[in-house]
Amino acid sequence: MSNNEINRTRRNLIIATATVGGAGVVAAAVPFVASMMPSALAKGLGAPIEVDIGKLESGAKLTVAWRGKPVWIISRTKDMLQRLDKHDDRLTDPKSEVTSQQPDYCKNPTRSIKPEYMIAVGICTHLGCSPSDKLKPESDNETGPNWDGGFYCPCHGSRFDLATRVYKGSPAPTNLVVPPHKYLTDTMIRIGDDGKGA
Amino acid sequence: MLKKIILAALLCAPLWAQASEEVTLDHVQTNVEDKLSLQRGARTFVNYCVGCHSASFMRYSRLEDLGLTDKQIVANLMVTGEKPVETMTATMRREDAKNAFGVAPPDLSLIARSRGADWLYTYLRTFYRDPSRPTGWNNTTFPSVAMPHALWEQQGEQVLQEVKAEAGKEHAEGHAEKHLVMGKPGKLSPAEYDAMVKDLVNFTVYMGEPAQTQRKITGIYVLFFLFFLTILAYFLKKEFWKDIH
Amino acid sequence: MSSKVQQFLGWIDDRFPLTATWKQHLSEYYAPKNFNFWYFFGSLALLVLVMQIVTGIFLTMHYKPDASLNAAGVSVAFASVEYIMRDVDWGWLIRYLHSTGASMFFVVVYLHMYRGLIYGSYRKPRELIWIFGCFIYVALMAEAFMGYLLPWGQMSFWGAQVIINLFDAIPFIGPDVSTWIRGDFVISGATLNRFFAFHVIAVPLVLLGLVVMHLVALHEVGSNNPDGIEIKKHKDPNTGIPLDGIPFHPYYTVKDILGVCVFLIVFAVILFFTPEGGGYFLEANNFIPADPFKTPEHIAPLWYFTAFYSILRAVPPLFNSQFPGVIAMGLAIVVMFLLPWLDRSPVKSIRYRGALYKWALALFVIAFFVLSYLGTQSVSETKTWLARIFSIIYFLFFILMPWYSRADKTKPEPERVTAC
Repeated sequence: MSNNEINRTRRNLIIATATVGGAGVVAAAVPFVASMMPSALAKGLGAPIEVDIGKLESGAKLTVAWRGKPVWIISRTKDMLQRLDKHDDRLTDPKSEVTSQQPDYCKNPTRSIKPEYMIAVGICTHLGCSPSDKLKPESDNETGPNWDGGFYCPCHGSRFDLATRVYKGSPAPTNLVVPPHKYLTDTMIRIGDDGKGA
Repeated sequence: MLKKIILAALLCAPLWAQASEEVTLDHVQTNVEDKLSLQRGARTFVNYCVGCHSASFMRYSRLEDLGLTDKQIVANLMVTGEKPVETMTATMRREDAKNAFGVAPPDLSLIARSRGADWLYTYLRTFYRDPSRPTGWNNTTFPSVAMPHALWEQQGEQVLQEVKAEAGKEHAEGHAEKHLVMGKPGKLSPAEYDAMVKDLVNFTVYMGEPAQTQRKITGIYVLFFLFFLTILAYFLKKEFWKDIH
Repeated sequence: MSSKVQQFLGWIDDRFPLTATWKQHLSEYYAPKNFNFWYFFGSLALLVLVMQIVTGIFLTMHYKPDASLNAAGVSVAFASVEYIMRDVDWGWLIRYLHSTGASMFFVVVYLHMYRGLIYGSYRKPRELIWIFGCFIYVALMAEAFMGYLLPWGQMSFWGAQVIINLFDAIPFIGPDVSTWIRGDFVISGATLNRFFAFHVIAVPLVLLGLVVMHLVALHEVGSNNPDGIEIKKHKDPNTGIPLDGIPFHPYYTVKDILGVCVFLIVFAVILFFTPEGGGYFLEANNFIPADPFKTPEHIAPLWYFTAFYSILRAVPPLFNSQFPGVIAMGLAIVVMFLLPWLDRSPVKSIRYRGALYKWALALFVIAFFVLSYLGTQSVSETKTWLARIFSIIYFLFFILMPWYSRADKTKPEPERVTAC
């Protein structure tokens, strides 16, 4: 056998062993990477929740936990709803065109299934703080002038209206996230599951 | 010669067995692949065990392993708790149980791993009436056990009787053997009861390590892969070692 | 190789001895060409060490060293291990890799030490390699002992209780020492936390350092071989390369890859099909959470400690003190360090030794197995006497070595290594 032939056999064997061995190493890494994903407990706690909104007063806000995040349920009065379309020119995305921020069935002027109930994840889209309530249409240092009611993020000053749409000039790039949800009855909401595989 | 001695010593190593217990245990052939058996066992478990015992590592949601949907679990098996993610927690509070029985009922998540399937199978079938005990029950596998017979309606009431030598050849040594006999039959025939206990034990074996089926399947894949890699490595080694004389 | 790659390598080599290190330890490290089966276990030990570290890191992400009770009345530490086994994706695999890996580590290390014993790998000039190795063994025992407490099961708790109480036997200061080790009057959460600290960082650092020293010392003097002769005595006059040496890379790397594959098959069979190792790798009683008020009926250390545990139990107490037993157990390990100076044979390898040494070694191996077995059993009078006899044999192997190794009728060593 010539030297070249030996070299070719060797090279082929090295390539074969290295490929198979390398694939083995990659496969062995999968369980380790996977072990850092949310555990069955975290996933279980992240399962859909059911909330009874029968006792929520008109104009008030209820905060529930879903996947460990605050989810707001705001019962909007007629007055609040009327003020919503007054400031579209001051909003970054008044028509909710960023599709990742709400399910299709909430891509409407009130960002909700029923206009009177606003449901949103109360986490600022800037860096993840939870904005504070400024529900009443009273301007102050934080809200700036002409306030129509909404939320103000204490971390970096992002402002949102009562449909959790972000005002222009805020550090937050998009509107707050509306989670998938559906009405089981008139007063029961299931959050995290809209029956559409979301 | 030396090699033989060492080899013999190595071969003997697996023979080191733990000292056998005094009670002879009946063997039970469990099979965690038998999902119907596991479902029956799970039902018995939640109906008769979870009243006093927790299985605090066993989430209801995990019962999907048994081929059940979330809805079926919630409807049929979830006797305590509100969400399927919760674990099987006893209805009875630990303190109450401790007051009632003197000891808190042990958690059963891992009972099959600490006791073994055979022990559980024997234990659940050797309860007998004993008026001297506070609960009125005793057990030949676990004498003076604090637990009353939870499945007595199914099994019936056994009593411990002294059996004289003629009863069986195996007792020919002369000393009186004690024997369990059925005093008052239960709802199930002895064979049906044994089958029920077998399913229950099967479920505890599953519950001791829910991942065991996944473990064995993964093992087969890994071994196939390693055999293949070993063959390649063998030829690689042989190819290089041609140089060495 | 493309010139770009070469340029990059040159840039690195100007700043870090990458190529030089590669050459010194792999491609131009000349190992004897006659390594046999027994020479797989060094590289396998390194492999298992790496596996233990990697799996250990991932276990630490989910394990909680906390002895307090959760709502269900189970300690948080015990519950976190079951959380890994059930709720973490592939957590069972990582945990079994670690728990089975611990036992496999000792299997591999014991075989590696036996190799050193039969081929005289501890003899001049390799005394320091042996001593570093002994320290690795001691560190490994500490690592395993402290790691075994972490699942906080019954065996974890009572095993640690018994072993730490041994320190009580030290005259005068004993009780204070054991209290200091525990950080409490019994094994408690304080003990668990400090054992966790030692197990996950302190001892592994020491182990890694020792392994580096072990390898540096080995590559300084060169590897021994089954013939127990020095390959450096016969070098090629032109190149200075030992005539019986072959570069470690590629020859022993490809051979070790094969060894690793075979080892992994054995490992996988245990791991996937009998992870409890018949109760020797994971004990049934350790699936019961630690209960400070109830000792299990039968407690024994894990199999890799039982030989020394037997020696401890074999020595009768003196003036009501267990101290002599503790000393004997310590000496059983210390005496291993002295091996390079106890052996006075003119030859190194068992191949050229006489019948005397072979008998002594056979008795020693049997003694080690018998003591290991006895250590798993509960005490009885016969077993105690057996343990005494075999403990004496264990020590006589070392104590009498200067005489029998010299008096032995040896065969002449060959000049060059014999065929593999």
